[in-house]
Order: sequence, then C-alpha cells, then structure tokens
Amino acid sequence: MLRDITLGQYYQTDSVIHRLDPRVKLGGTLLFIISLFFFQNMWGYVIAAAFLALVIHLSTVPFRYIVKGMRAILFLLLITVAFNLFLTPGTPLVSFFGGHVRITYEGIRLAVFIALRLCFLIIGSSMMTLTTTPNNLTDGMEKMLRPLKLFKVPVHEVAMMMSIALRFIPILLEETDKIMKAQIARGADFESGKLVQRAKAMVPLLVPLFISAFRRANDLALAMEARCYRGGEGRAKMKPLIYQKRDGIAYLCLGLYLVAGIGIGRL
Amino acid sequence: MGIIKAQDVVYEYVKRDEEGNVEGSIRAVDQVSLDIEQGDFIAILGHNGSGKSTLAKHMNAILYPTEGCVWVDGKDTRAEEELWNIRQSAGMVFQNPDNQIIGQVVEEDVGFGPENMGVPTKEIWERVEESLKAVGMYQYRKHSPNKLSGGQKQRVSIAGVLAMHPKCIVLDEPTAMLDPNGRKEVVRAVRALNDVEKITVILITHYMEEIVHADKVFVMDQGRIAMEGTPREIFSRVEELKALRLDVPQVTLLAYELQKQGLDLPRGILTIPELVAALEREKGSLKKDTPEGKDKKCP
Repeated sequence: MLRDITLGQYYQTDSVIHRLDPRVKLGGTLLFIISLFFFQNMWGYVIAAAFLALVIHLSTVPFRYIVKGMRAILFLLLITVAFNLFLTPGTPLVSFFGGHVRITYEGIRLAVFIALRLCFLIIGSSMMTLTTTPNNLTDGMEKMLRPLKLFKVPVHEVAMMMSIALRFIPILLEETDKIMKAQIARGADFESGKLVQRAKAMVPLLVPLFISAFRRANDLALAMEARCYRGGEGRAKMKPLIYQKRDGIAYLCLGLYLVAGIGIGRL
Repeated sequence: MGIIKAQDVVYEYVKRDEEGNVEGSIRAVDQVSLDIEQGDFIAILGHNGSGKSTLAKHMNAILYPTEGCVWVDGKDTRAEEELWNIRQSAGMVFQNPDNQIIGQVVEEDVGFGPENMGVPTKEIWERVEESLKAVGMYQYRKHSPNKLSGGQKQRVSIAGVLAMHPKCIVLDEPTAMLDPNGRKEVVRAVRALNDVEKITVILITHYMEEIVHADKVFVMDQGRIAMEGTPREIFSRVEELKALRLDVPQVTLLAYELQKQGLDLPRGILTIPELVAALEREKGSLKKDTPEGKDKKCP
C-alpha cells in the first residue's frame, strides 16, 4: 500500500528541466505557489497556465502521468469547490429549498478560482518532485538554507538525515513485509477485527521493526564514523551545485512570469 | 614496526545492571600481541564470541584497549588528534552490507569517504572510478544499492573504503550474510586488492576456505591468540582446530583422515589439485588404486 504513494516520485528523462539546479526549481516552485495567491482576475490564471504548460512541455514528462497524481486530491478539490459554490454570499443566480441554498455569481467565480489555484499548486509542486531526484532536492535545500546556520539551525545534519531516511525507506518496507509474514505464519491476524483490535495487532509488527531499525541505525553510525564522517565541517562535495547558464535563463523566465502574472493578474 | 601492531591488548566489556552499577566485566580480548607487515594478507579465525570482531574494532580506533596499546601506521590509536588519520589509513568493512551503504546511488556511496576527508571534487570522481573498477562494479555506478545482490553490495562497500586510499583494510566477517556465490565474489575482490593494489588485508572470518590464500593466520579463542602461522601450518593441526570448534576445509579433512588410515600424504593439504597430485604420487609408489581417489574431484 505504501508503494502506491506517487508524491515525490521521480520521473526519469533527460530534459532541460531535469538538469536545472535544484535551487532554481525549489525557489521557482515556492514563488509560483505564492504568485497564485495574488491573482484577482482570470488573466493571472491564464498566464500561470501558460507558464506551467511551458514547463511541462520542456520537462517531457507525459501530461497523463502528472494528472494521474491529481486523483489523490480529487475529493479535497470537490469539497472545496462545493463549499465555495454554495456558501458565498452575493447576487443569487439559482436557489433551492426555498432560498436556503443558493448559488451566487460570486460563488461560481470563487469556486473556479479556488479549483484552478489548487490544481496549479499541486501540478506546480509535483513538477518539482517529478524532475528532481530526492538526493538533489536535499542537496539544494541544504545549500539554500545554509544562512540559517547563523541561527544555530543544524542544516547539514537535517539534510543528511533526510537522505539517509530516503535510503532506508525501501529497506524498512521490505523488513516490514518480512516481519508481517513471519507473524502471520505464527497466527497473527492483521486483517480482521475492529479498528481497536487491528491497532493492537500492529504491536507485534512495530516492536520488532523498531528494534531492527535501531540496530541498523547503530551499525550505520559506526560505518559512517569508520569512513571519517564528522559532520558538515570541512566536507567536500562530490556533486557540488554550481549555477550554469541555463539556471540564469530559468531565473530570468521566472522573473518575467512573476512581473507579468502579478502585474496583469492584479489589474 | 608493521602497519598494525598490538601490544598486550586487553579489552573488557563492562556489564551493568539496570541502575547502571558495574556488575562485572567480560574480557573479550586478552593479552593479544601481533605485528602485521605492510602488504600482507592476514586472516583472523575464530568461532562466535572468540573476540575477533572486538580485536578488529581496535584497528580502526572504534574501540580503545583497556590495557596495552595499538599502533596503526605508527600512530597510537588513543591519540585523539590522529583519529581521522588512523581511520583513513585503516579502512573497515562490516558484516551487514545494507547497514553500511549511505548513498542512494552506488557512485555516491563510494564518494562518501573522500567527501568526508575534504578531497577536491575532481579527485573524488577519479577515486570513485578507480575504486569501482578495482572491485569490478564500475558498470553498476549509476544503480541504486537496493537493487544489487549481497555480494555486489559488499563489493561496493569495499570500493567505498578503497576510495579513501587506505594502507590497510580490515574486513569484519564480510561474507557472513552472503550466499556461496556472493562469498566467492567478495573473496576474489579482496584477493585482487592484496595482489594488485598491494593493500594490507586483514580478513576476519569463520569460513576456513577463505583463508587458504592468506600469508598468515591467527586463530582466536576466548580472547587469546590460540594458534598462529601459515595456512599450511594451521591446517596440519586438525585435532587442535577441532578442539577450538573450527571446521577444517573438506579436502584437508579428507587428506587427514586418509593419513590416519595409513596413507603417506604430506601434512596440511589445502586444495583439491594438491590432494589429487599427492594421491597420484601415492598410487605410483603403492601401485594400487585408492577408491577414495575419485571422491576428491567432487568434494
């Protein structure tokens, strides 16, 4: 079940977007999301859509693959649209049940905007994870957040923890599977019963899993120390992040989009 | 003084009760002295709990001796300012391949050690390439470690240590969790390091077959060095090995049993061709066929 999560999944192709510096993509995604909240008319969304279309086209990730990831938020989308549609006060267009429930002109407008905003938000951020490997992403984050070191935030350590966590997810999943099978073989029942019973049934799964995770962590720490790991100080980078020409161009495009989008979108 | 020298090393694990009071201690390593020459292939044998892994951890300054002294490349392991130099000159490969691979891509994992040492980027890439080639894993450099077999993962771990340009590599039961094929792969890679790269290898194991090619073998029991010598010398003492609960390779055991039955074979036979040759000679002198002669070809 955990294998089905598409969030943060990387789509392997070799496009310009894939090769961009992760800092550009991280910053770009953030600015793109913020820009969505500035729009007050249709034109802003048109520009955002055009910008997204350009990015998707350049990334060569199939559009259907991106939309597939949207299914997860379909329910959330519907609820949001419904609330905005029925509960916004203003000029009524249609009303049901003797005027208790009505759809207003403002409601339709708001619902459409919210829906577009949510869709763009999800597509925009999944464009980042689809085109950036998790490793690259942590590297980019580490470098972008480096100024926080002044406030004693352990930036390098957090980035290291993230990449180790990512490395061990498949191993621990496999282990969970193994323990589950071992416990089922001894008569454990994970499938039937009420919620409370099911939660209780998880105990014989979680305890060995935690013990093994701690043991692994201990081994890994030893192995890292044996290979001279001593924190971020004085550490060289095998794949250092250096801005290329294409990153400059990407920043320029982003700037143009922001000026155009917010300038026109707020008219 | 060789690359690694231990003098009267004692290591005690302190046992504590639930409140943290000292209950007693266990001597894992007891009065061990050894001197390992640069370029040697050393094997340390012993059954579980014989103290061989504890001894290995002294060679990388992960543990410090309770009594006595350990020098790595002439440096006392207790000197704190030399810690990272010691760990760089004596690399260590552990038992579980999954728990020592840090990178999500093979080449990134191999680069981890040099990254920590602050090696310039260009040189890191050169080191990664040569190390992966040395263990025969270069074509897998872009793969995820999760998709590799146990033997391949262990070779990646060896490459990761190799990229730090160590003078000596300590392998703590690197084959214990592998299948026979993976074991062969790893042993072959380790031998190549010793033959081609001239790196001192200290192989800790309880598989007898792996030590046949060693220059020198130490057998440990209850924290002490019980036997010491070349593989041939060690294997000629079958009874002693049995008393230490160690299995002698099948060929050696067979030769030993034949000897006991009155055949005139040399002591300490290590390989199948050796035994076949010895039996041929024996056949020539006795002018009589030995029915056991056929069995050796498929032990």
